[in-house]
Amino acid sequence: MTGSDVPRDGVEGARPGRDALTGAHTGRRRRRGRGERAMVPDAEFSSYYGKPILNKPTWKALDIAGYLYLGGLAGASSLLGAGAHVTGRPALARTAKIGAAGAISLSLVALVHDLGRPARFVNMLRVFKPTSPMSVGSWLLVGYAPLTLAAAATDVAGRYRLVGAAATASAAVLGPAVATYTAVLICDTAVPSWHEGYREMPFVFAGSGATAAAGLALACVPAGQTGPARRLAVLGAALELGSFQLMKRRTGLAAEPLEQGRPHALLRAAEALTVGGTALGAYAGGRNRVAAAVAGAALLAGSAALRFGIFHAGVASAEDPRYTVVPQRERLAARRSPGA
Amino acid sequence: MTDDTAARAAREDGAVPRHNLLSGPQPDVARAAGYADAPPRMGFFTDTSVCIGCKACEVACKEWNAVPEDGLELTGMSYDNTQGLGADTWRHVAFIEQRKPFGGQEPGVGHEDVDVFSAASALGTGPGSPGPGATAPPPGAAPAGAPAGEISPVSPDGRTELRWLMASDVCKHCTHAACLDVCPTGSLFRTEYGTVVVQEDICNGCGYCVPACPYGVIDQRRDDGRVWKCTLCYDRLGVGMEPACAKSCPTESIQFGPLDELRDRAAARVARLRAAGVTDARLYGEDPQDGVGGDGAFFLLLDEPEVYGLPPDPVVTTRDLPAMWRHAAAAAVSLAALAAAGFVRRPR
Ligand code: SF4
Ligand code: SF4
Repeated sequence: MTGSDVPRDGVEGARPGRDALTGAHTGRRRRRGRGERAMVPDAEFSSYYGKPILNKPTWKALDIAGYLYLGGLAGASSLLGAGAHVTGRPALARTAKIGAAGAISLSLVALVHDLGRPARFVNMLRVFKPTSPMSVGSWLLVGYAPLTLAAAATDVAGRYRLVGAAATASAAVLGPAVATYTAVLICDTAVPSWHEGYREMPFVFAGSGATAAAGLALACVPAGQTGPARRLAVLGAALELGSFQLMKRRTGLAAEPLEQGRPHALLRAAEALTVGGTALGAYAGGRNRVAAAVAGAALLAGSAALRFGIFHAGVASAEDPRYTVVPQRERLAARRSPGA
Repeated sequence: MTDDTAARAAREDGAVPRHNLLSGPQPDVARAAGYADAPPRMGFFTDTSVCIGCKACEVACKEWNAVPEDGLELTGMSYDNTQGLGADTWRHVAFIEQRKPFGGQEPGVGHEDVDVFSAASALGTGPGSPGPGATAPPPGAAPAGAPAGEISPVSPDGRTELRWLMASDVCKHCTHAACLDVCPTGSLFRTEYGTVVVQEDICNGCGYCVPACPYGVIDQRRDDGRVWKCTLCYDRLGVGMEPACAKSCPTESIQFGPLDELRDRAAARVARLRAAGVTDARLYGEDPQDGVGGDGAFFLLLDEPEVYGLPPDPVVTTRDLPAMWRHAAAAAVSLAALAAAGFVRRPR
């Protein structure tokens, strides 16, 4: 359906052609959420030559999706570390504390890499802005990262136990915030697949962080001390998968990019790895060292795949004007229709 | 864009500037941003019905602001070779070709066999060729004897015809600017004129503002990592000059001035166009009740906004921020609870 009346070889071969679509209607089929009844007539979709309305995120996938992943891993690991510290599971405590410190350091590296140079991270701290999740997050990291490093260092050194205990406890207080604020970070944008999911995204990230931390523990800690990690894996997987299903159900059209192309492949892999890793860990992780390691690796990979899948789905939803136009048209129609 | 009377009444009530709002009407943005005695809010009214697509605004903007070239591309999108707003395109002229009745143009036909002299002799005898003086002066202002108060029929006999829409797009300088709200460094700021400007020496290149803008305006420049957009010629405003694009526009499609005045002018213009039979004419972004609290740069359009590449019902992303933080807090608590639950059973 090209809109020009002049074909490529021209009227009677006399005119040059154009490929431009005029007021293009891209003929894509409409998918609605399961069981959802249309309250307003399907909005008609048109666009400016199919060009995106939004500017897509300029973030590098490896840096920012990696940043989201590592934040979750670190935050939940701090909780495991503190719990293990209190309940006297030294191997679990050490692994979780080192894991948190390592993950948060790597995530800072990813952030700085995306910014371009270290001085720019310092520049992030020139103001504190509650309206900017990135500003809140930067301050959070400035508080949290040293605590994890102190907790890990004192544990490894075996000295300054009081300082270590305090650092471990404080890191565990900030940890959950570090794991979930990243959901606000990406949802506070106009990117349809992210913004529309703002209610469930923090829970998805919390669950995914929990499975990642449990995975790390399963992979590295002797079987006898992994009990809490195995239970955290089960609970985290349930939270992650449950809220993710809810999110897809509720966001309607904005969930479509999650089920197409590369994001779809990544998210299916995430699901399989998380479910498989959890089941294997829960069943054999307590006895079999190899099974525990495999389960742990699967959980770590599953959590990463989830972040990359969500990241790419968001970019795809920003690139297609349909996801911006159609829901907004429906909103307008609902507002204008009498009785709405 | 709604003509909801209750909503308008609500606007009247909110005459005092309210501070730190994330969305909703904000009658005095500059004072709410902390300027004690700010000049009137300035803005653009872009009347696309008179745009001739000359791109003088694009060129003037590049020249004045020393915006680097962004490559010359023949896109096949009519005469549009800049494609959209970005780091290096702060004004963008859209060209839309539509098969809709408008004026007397006919697409898809050759004119080789037209005898122009006989056509000229028929001038003024048919509805498609109303003759000299057919461009209607406003009712009452026409000289005696001239056809007054109406323009030539929009669609003389229902033919399917081509019309060309042209529109010069720009940063909207939103009342509630998502780009400004999410910027972690304070690089984006509200000026005393109520406009939104990036300070290039402070921008961190974090790119957060890029996906936050519901209009797809601000963007990152590839080679320097920082973001750029229209400043509404902040430097020119400071010395009492109008922005370069408005200055260069030959048809006054781009009008610059105090926002209140522009809104009145726009309302009058759209009423006149509608009275003349251009029923598609509508204003876009002028309503303080809309999702971004109204735009500092608004438009008169002749079709739906998305046809021009504009979002139909944009909302400032930070409107939902309090709810987002609440959900994140609940999720954080849940995570802590899960971890605790993991340790409850069988302590060793
Ligand atoms: S949100 Fe977009 S349109 Fe509004 S002021 Fe910022 S860059 Fe301009
Ligand atoms: S890219 Fe620059 S202007 Fe945009 S949010 Fe980051 S620091 Fe602010």
